[in-house]
Amino acid sequence: MDKRAMIGARIAKELKDGDYVNLGIGLPTEAVNHIPEGVHVTFQSENGIMGTGPKPAEGMEDEDMINAGGGYITALKGASFFDSALSFAIIRGGHVDVTVLGALQVDQHGNLANWIIPGKLVPGMGGAMDLVTGAKKVIVAMEHLDKKGNSKVLKQCTLPLTAKGLLSLIVTDMAVMEVTPQGLLLREVTEGFTVEDVVRATEAELVIPSHLLDKD
Amino acid sequence: MFKQITAAEAAAMIAPHSRLAIGGFLAVGAPEGLIDAIVATGTKDLHIIVIASDWEDRGIGKLVVNHQVKSAQVSHLGTNREIQAQMNSGEVAIELVPQGTLMERVRAYGAGLGGILTPTGIGTVVEEDKQIISIEGKDFILEPAIPSDFALVRAWKADRCGNLIFRKTARNSNPIMAMAGRITIAEVDEIVECGEIDPEHVVTPGVFVNYIVVREEVKNG
Repeated sequence: MDKRAMIGARIAKELKDGDYVNLGIGLPTEAVNHIPEGVHVTFQSENGIMGTGPKPAEGMEDEDMINAGGGYITALKGASFFDSALSFAIIRGGHVDVTVLGALQVDQHGNLANWIIPGKLVPGMGGAMDLVTGAKKVIVAMEHLDKKGNSKVLKQCTLPLTAKGLLSLIVTDMAVMEVTPQGLLLREVTEGFTVEDVVRATEAELVIPSHLLDKD
Repeated sequence: MFKQITAAEAAAMIAPHSRLAIGGFLAVGAPEGLIDAIVATGTKDLHIIVIASDWEDRGIGKLVVNHQVKSAQVSHLGTNREIQAQMNSGEVAIELVPQGTLMERVRAYGAGLGGILTPTGIGTVVEEDKQIISIEGKDFILEPAIPSDFALVRAWKADRCGNLIFRKTARNSNPIMAMAGRITIAEVDEIVECGEIDPEHVVTPGVFVNYIVVREEVKNG
């Protein structure tokens, strides 16, 4: 399994039967391919649909049927369409159980930065700030290191924040970390890496439970 | 009651410095025929209120490429390099607004409200220079209503009473924008008789709609 599929598979394990879920563009959508058997979740796309289905077969695309990333989708039986204000009422009002987003940086205080690199890249926040603010559980899916090999898991985000202190879980190619009142708790280390590898790749201070230390 | 006009007649009503609330999400559900007609007039210094700046050749991106946009309230620019370039050069003034906040601020104007209180943006640059109001111990940002002169929306069908229905995810911001224009112009596929749209299925009641343009084959539609 490649890195991205692995992250997707790990995130899928966090989804519970009956959950309403919003997946961000890119890496987070990998989770769709790994939903455990017997677990039924309903996907929202914030442009105005609850109950998105898989990509249509080639030639069956409908120009009025896209997800928030602009990709063609289908609607499952029982799906609903709604306007953007209602869509964000669902999100902000706490009716989405889990949202999964990509990140430029996260930090040990549960902060997330993913919408702007001042002077370089200004895509805008789109729906990300509302999703992080409103969803019951916020999961970040990202690679542990940036393209230059720098840690994306920091003591303090240096980029402008998407939201303050609202992250629940960070899933990377190297580890799973949970934001707790005691700090950033290392929950799992991906096979093929050691605790030492993760610590070296992490600028943030990690709380490392003894059972993980023993394993090394 | 609405009046049926052409896209060119609609575009001719729009003067420089008009504030346009335009429906669509990544150009799906964008009133492409109205946008093309505005491109044809070349009217400049427009202020646009949109979810996203779409692509250079689709949706409101066409207005940007034609240098007709002076300022925008928008949540996402990522798909349009031209608007980012014009922002960086100072040609276009951008206010980035979280998407849910943008929708509620527009809706507020259409609903006669002065603004809304939202938790979105607390602890970020979005809250800077804004009033924070605490309700039951939770902080909210006071976000003012966004006024607009014209709402340009894309609907699937209208009936002769002006009621609108939308198609699938092309609904998106259109019903919200439709509430908010001092003048609302809807671009539709067809106009059916009153009563042909079940009152239970009406999404935007005709009371919001001033003009209707029947969509022709549009470029890049």
